[in-house]
Amino acid sequence: MIMINVIVVGNGMVGYKFCEKFISKSGQENYQITVFGEEPRRAYNRVHLSEYFAGKTADDLSLSTTAWYKENNILLNTSELITDINRDQKTIHTHLEKTYEYDYLVLATGSAAFVPPIDGVEKEGVFVYRTIEDLDAIMSYAKKIKANGATEAAVLGGGLLGLEAAKAVRDLGLNPHVVEFAPRLMPRQLDQGASDMLQSKIEELNIGIHLNKATQYIDGEESIKGMMFANDELLKVDMLVISAGIKPRDELGRVSGLEVGVRGGIVVNNKMQTSDPNIYAIGEVALYNQMIYGLVAPGYEMADVAAEQILKGDKTMRDTIDMSTQLKLIGVEVASFGDPFIENENVTAIVYENKFSGIYKRINVTKDGKTLLGGILVGDSSDYNGLFQIYANALALPTNPEDLILGSRGGEGSTLGSAADLPDTAVICSCENVTKGALCCSLIDGTASTFADVVKLTKATTGCGGCKPMVVDIVKATQKSLGKEVKDTICEHFHYTRQELFDIVKINKYTNYYEVIDHHGNGDGCEVCKPVVASIFSSIYNDTANKHVTTQDTNDRFLANIQRNGTYSVVPRVAGGEITAEKLIVIGEVAKQFDLYTKITGAQRVDLFGAHLDDLPKIWKVLIDNGFESGHAYGKSLRAVKSCVGNTWCRYGMDDSAGFAIELENRYKGIRAPHKIKGGVSACIRECAEARGKDFGLIAVEGGWNLYICGNGGANPKHAVLLAEQIDKATVIKYLDRFLMYYIRTAGPLVRTATWLDKLEGGMDYLKEVIIFDRLGICEALETEMESLVGTFECEWKQVLEKPRLLKRFSHFVNTDEKDDNIEFVPLREQKMPRPW
Amino acid sequence: MEELLSQYETVNLNAVKIWFKAGSIKDFPSNRGGCIKYKNKQIAIFNFERRNEWYACQNACPHKMEMVLSRGMTGSADGVPKIACPMHKKTFSLVDGSNLNGDDYKIATYPVKVEGDEVFVGFLE
Repeated sequence: MIMINVIVVGNGMVGYKFCEKFISKSGQENYQITVFGEEPRRAYNRVHLSEYFAGKTADDLSLSTTAWYKENNILLNTSELITDINRDQKTIHTHLEKTYEYDYLVLATGSAAFVPPIDGVEKEGVFVYRTIEDLDAIMSYAKKIKANGATEAAVLGGGLLGLEAAKAVRDLGLNPHVVEFAPRLMPRQLDQGASDMLQSKIEELNIGIHLNKATQYIDGEESIKGMMFANDELLKVDMLVISAGIKPRDELGRVSGLEVGVRGGIVVNNKMQTSDPNIYAIGEVALYNQMIYGLVAPGYEMADVAAEQILKGDKTMRDTIDMSTQLKLIGVEVASFGDPFIENENVTAIVYENKFSGIYKRINVTKDGKTLLGGILVGDSSDYNGLFQIYANALALPTNPEDLILGSRGGEGSTLGSAADLPDTAVICSCENVTKGALCCSLIDGTASTFADVVKLTKATTGCGGCKPMVVDIVKATQKSLGKEVKDTICEHFHYTRQELFDIVKINKYTNYYEVIDHHGNGDGCEVCKPVVASIFSSIYNDTANKHVTTQDTNDRFLANIQRNGTYSVVPRVAGGEITAEKLIVIGEVAKQFDLYTKITGAQRVDLFGAHLDDLPKIWKVLIDNGFESGHAYGKSLRAVKSCVGNTWCRYGMDDSAGFAIELENRYKGIRAPHKIKGGVSACIRECAEARGKDFGLIAVEGGWNLYICGNGGANPKHAVLLAEQIDKATVIKYLDRFLMYYIRTAGPLVRTATWLDKLEGGMDYLKEVIIFDRLGICEALETEMESLVGTFECEWKQVLEKPRLLKRFSHFVNTDEKDDNIEFVPLREQKMPRPW
Repeated sequence: MEELLSQYETVNLNAVKIWFKAGSIKDFPSNRGGCIKYKNKQIAIFNFERRNEWYACQNACPHKMEMVLSRGMTGSADGVPKIACPMHKKTFSLVDGSNLNGDDYKIATYPVKVEGDEVFVGFLE
């Protein structure tokens, strides 16, 4: 069989995507792909280039492994530059004087940084921002000038890449100054209002912004000392990074006589063919519709079209390419979609500007209020997905189009509509170009049955991940419409919810995981269902984690928290955050003895980091001998009850908050639950203990305590909600017993109380009925169950020390007593940290 | 880091040149893992007691190169025995070392044999 040769010139993101798309298509078996890259490394993610400064390695940014090319039978030649194409002979020529034959040639040479013709750009200290080699040069120069006392550096270009570069410069420890010729930042995406908002947010981060600046020349003798602007204004800087746009790498097109654009770029048709039908051009080198597209998404689509065409498919490029983008720039959310600027007699722009919160939103709507044409979001782009879908699918707008960015006031529900209302043609994942129809189709025809299946089949959500919430909604809605019960079953081994499994274990009095899976599940279990069942045993029998060692999650298995380098951290209990001087000294001595990094936690205790596995029992021994016990920082259980000092010291205090916190922490300590539980007790409404940010919180008021439940911090902060007012301590404990036990019985795995309440039908009103008015008639049972747990606490660390057979698992190797020699620490301020990843 | 990973390459049963005695059965927890040292390699060994099967793989997580796989949780996915890394919960097939959550990162696997109550791992050198 004669192989058809496809040569890909360029090993950037688009060239790589071409290979990935090509090998996933049918009929590709008869083709041999050969890739040439002039850079020494494999294709890497240029979009995340600035993370290289933040400590990522070239390997981290790499899109694939050497093995990937090998496995897929793709020949990769790095560090080899193609110098010429002989179109008659269908050969290419490399700088190593080698010649290769092709049947199809794909040019994915990308672009180079555009360097404006300014006097002095050749001076030392002026760089472009494009490749990992550029970044290495910038890094070493920055280091050198910093050692000589330099502090200021400039970035030429206030576009997307320029701002990325500014962040990179800041990460290197220099003060960045962004210099832009246009009167605003990101002039292609933002209007003046949006740019102003972005500017003020960026300036807060000590990044200088200089707009409307035409640079006349680069000042300095051999190396750069400053930039001279048109009005004789001098900006003193010791380094300049140019990021002022791109210039297509179309040299090969020019030398071989392919048609190129006036301002560069190899002309292609909608099949991505150049003027020579056997040569394709994709990505930033391709001039399509007289435009160069500097975004990843259109580049990926071009790669797909070219792959299809070579394999005789009929896919072509769309006529209009969407340039909508959503991204986070230096921590600020920015998005623009459709035509962000359009303004004429048929169009009205609706603008919402909130300088206090730093939010700017603009939508462009037709005068009849029926069509959304585009818009801009700065500071908060959470509406982007919804707005983009309305724009892309020309969906109907609400009666008051401003509701789209303001939310409907006084009404219920979102004005952006639900994913279920979108047409099948709506592109949900724009990175991988997956439509709603494609997502649903795989579920309907049975090739997929779960979210994970859909992701595997369509690749949706695997790019930037921004579409994930919509994909989840669509999958759920489709499953429902197919009459499939959408049940939150635990995993493939158990077709039950956690609550059902809880009842199964309780009724059958199971005490061993394998009994449960043999009778009610299938397979060998996994990292999801094993800890769930172990936690259910603990909740029912108050078994400590030592009893179910083989099914506990890693942290529970070793009774400590695993950290970056595989060492552990140790947190002894300090109930209510109250600790004696003697005990503080003990903690300090333990840290010294075992060379541990110490840090005060948010839960008012001390975390000791960097313990080797085999040191854990030795550390616990010293702690226990001095009156400490496990703080369960590793468990899905009560962590700590935080408190303010209370009325024993504080002149505002209404009650003894610290005392009550200690009582509650000791009452519920060690009890395992679906997720971690945190408490807080404040002695007055100043709320110094931040009790309303906890799963349960108490605030002392005139006449008793106010009890709040179901709050949390974390990714989605929620204030706890009032359950009962002005109640006495005994009532607090009664309600808390009922609430916690009800939560332990009914919540799904790893569901915090706030999310549990969110999903509870009837919400807080219903919960009040259950806990206070005993609507289900279960309060007595809940209290009894809790009472049986409260009395049976045992310190799991102590259990280990008392039973030598339990000690065996605290050794890194089975066949030697050596420590793990892969563990390495580096200095951090006055302490230490793991060698960074 | 690639240097560390290059030490670990899957060994096929019929290519084994050396059977290294890793320990006795009771040295390894049932349905969980233990780590052994062989020359400069760290190998995780798993006793799937329920299936009466043993597996071995590199102890280094291929994502961040930390020596932790032996401490992960064992289980199965569609019947394939697997190990979940305790760092970020990526799961790997213990049969062919493939990543069950995606295409990137693979682990090297090694043959295990049990004779009497002794456990052996197979190496090329």
